[in-house]
Amino acid sequence: MPASMRVTRLLLEPVLAIMLSLVALAVLLAVSGYSVPAALSALWHGAFGSWAVLASGTLVRATPLLFAGLAVAVAFRAGILNIGAEGQLLAGAAAATAVAVTVSPQLGLAGAGLALVAGVAAGGLWAGIAAFLRQQFGVLEVISTIMLNVIMLHLTGLLVRGPLQEPTATFPQSALIDQALRLPRLVPGTRLHAGVVLAVCSALLVWWFLRSTARGFRLRMTGANPRAAASAGGIHVARVATSAFIASGAIAGLGGAVEVTGVTFALYENLSPGYGYTAIAVALLARLNPMAAIGSAVVFGALEAGAAAMQRDAQVPAGMVGVAEACVILVLLASEWIGARAGRISTLFWGGPPPTQHSVTPSAAVDPA
Amino acid sequence: MNTLADFLDASVRSATPLLLAAIGETVSERSGVINVGLEGTIIVGCLAGLAAATVVGPTGALVVAGMAGLALALVFAVVAIWIGADQIITGTAITMLGLGLTGTLYRVLYGDSGSALSTPTLAPLGIPLLQDLPLIGHALFRQPLPAYLATALVPAVWWWLNRTHSGLAIRATGENPAAARSSGISPRRVQTIAVLFGGLCGGLAGGTLVLAQVGTFAEGMSAGRGFIAIAIVALGRWSPVGAAMAALFFGMASALQFLFQALDLNLPYQIFLALPYLLTLLALALAKGRYRAPAALGARVRVVELA
Repeated sequence: MPASMRVTRLLLEPVLAIMLSLVALAVLLAVSGYSVPAALSALWHGAFGSWAVLASGTLVRATPLLFAGLAVAVAFRAGILNIGAEGQLLAGAAAATAVAVTVSPQLGLAGAGLALVAGVAAGGLWAGIAAFLRQQFGVLEVISTIMLNVIMLHLTGLLVRGPLQEPTATFPQSALIDQALRLPRLVPGTRLHAGVVLAVCSALLVWWFLRSTARGFRLRMTGANPRAAASAGGIHVARVATSAFIASGAIAGLGGAVEVTGVTFALYENLSPGYGYTAIAVALLARLNPMAAIGSAVVFGALEAGAAAMQRDAQVPAGMVGVAEACVILVLLASEWIGARAGRISTLFWGGPPPTQHSVTPSAAVDPA
Repeated sequence: MNTLADFLDASVRSATPLLLAAIGETVSERSGVINVGLEGTIIVGCLAGLAAATVVGPTGALVVAGMAGLALALVFAVVAIWIGADQIITGTAITMLGLGLTGTLYRVLYGDSGSALSTPTLAPLGIPLLQDLPLIGHALFRQPLPAYLATALVPAVWWWLNRTHSGLAIRATGENPAAARSSGISPRRVQTIAVLFGGLCGGLAGGTLVLAQVGTFAEGMSAGRGFIAIAIVALGRWSPVGAAMAALFFGMASALQFLFQALDLNLPYQIFLALPYLLTLLALALAKGRYRAPAALGARVRVVELA
């Protein structure tokens, strides 16, 4: 396939998916009796209305989505269906908070760095449980990561009512993280923090890793066809898959750590409004490409920020945006099929050009072993 | 000393929606399709049940709830089976769709005020004499209609899967779709039927939650039951009887919090909320090698159809 065609297709389908989903949203709004122009205008203004809104709303929300989206992309590319970014993100947030409220504020940015490292470790560890269960006991990671998400949610609830509760012990949340240990603001007067730079750098790093390193190549091969990777490539498939799983959790954990040190400054139960699940849509819209995930995270960040504005200004339930997000995924899945019918059947199979370039989903979604 | 009897009663009550959902998912997974959208199916059943109850009464509403679950499963079937997209990702989207749609519709229909609407719940049906048995009387023989329905489905689905031609077709498709196809079975059609049955059961589970237990709707009230049901299927080794035992085990784990409250043991309630999930992970790990998933579970149909 010529490069120009590939780029067109790479852009065409996501744009189509977003537009169709906005149409679905408009229809749903109309059916529910809301004023479609008023609601969509509130959505737009809440997402892109001004520089301040763009920075404080859209980009701030895009940051955890990008981290979690990268986590999903890395795992899916390795053929691991990690649905657990939500729990791994929370684990990272909890660990980072624990460190940040313990260390001396005099450490400054180094202290913030420590908190981020703790987040990475906790996210990796939480994913590591699922990776271990998969490796040692053959427990489907889809089931185990969903279970671990719920367990982490309740664990967070336990932490903010117990060991990590704020000093007055009245509210179910942790103490506020000291000013000195917070991530610096990028633009004064907005909520935009240094974490967004970290997220973009992570995206570039993951992109480079997958594209240009031998380990990245082994990861992609493991995801594309584990049996061929093992027999023809001599790749230690199990080890690669486990590492990718843990790395995926670590990235999500970093996202959680960035969220508490950059945005919320405290740990509480409903820290994530489902970032880990929306991340699946983020990764799919980007066709599992880490670079494209930057744009895709901004799109979903805008949707989330716009949804909040829509609820505030047009009294439209924010859940409606969840419907739009689900539509994005379903339309993308369907468009892959339509694309295939248009004479590109070869890309359906592992034999074609690198499958992850074209396929929304890993070919070997479920390891038959 | 009624604590133990109450505990058993609460266990069966908690287990009922889980069993309904798990029975349906068992059939679906035996045909090779894992439907993670079950969570969405259940919540759609919840809202449909509540909305219908105001019109047709609780028993009729149960049917409507099942139909609503079936409708959402149809969307899943179109994308995952007929288009051949990845089952897990499709299922995740279906769950998001169900949660978003119900949250929105509830507010649209009944306003923003949380529990604005409630419905009378299905009364427990007591079986004469048996319901007076000590300890297990109420738990087993004085339950609302869905509990008996779920119990009846266990042998019925066992019979369907193991003793009928269509059951054989389902199992054959789940083990080896290509072979099933070459013996004249249409894997897609078989899987569609299995998934729709799963949706029906999921909707019934949601209806049960509203019509036999809570009596009202709350956003996200399915609270992960769809995911637990999927775990139950694995824990029950893809058999209806196993699912029944696993569901009861889960019901007991959930009911433990009532028992501990009654016994005045002051443990943080989050522990009880997390306990069923923790036990599932342990049980799945310990069951290593003693169970085997249908060989083609989760495989993408398209590859089969074209191969």
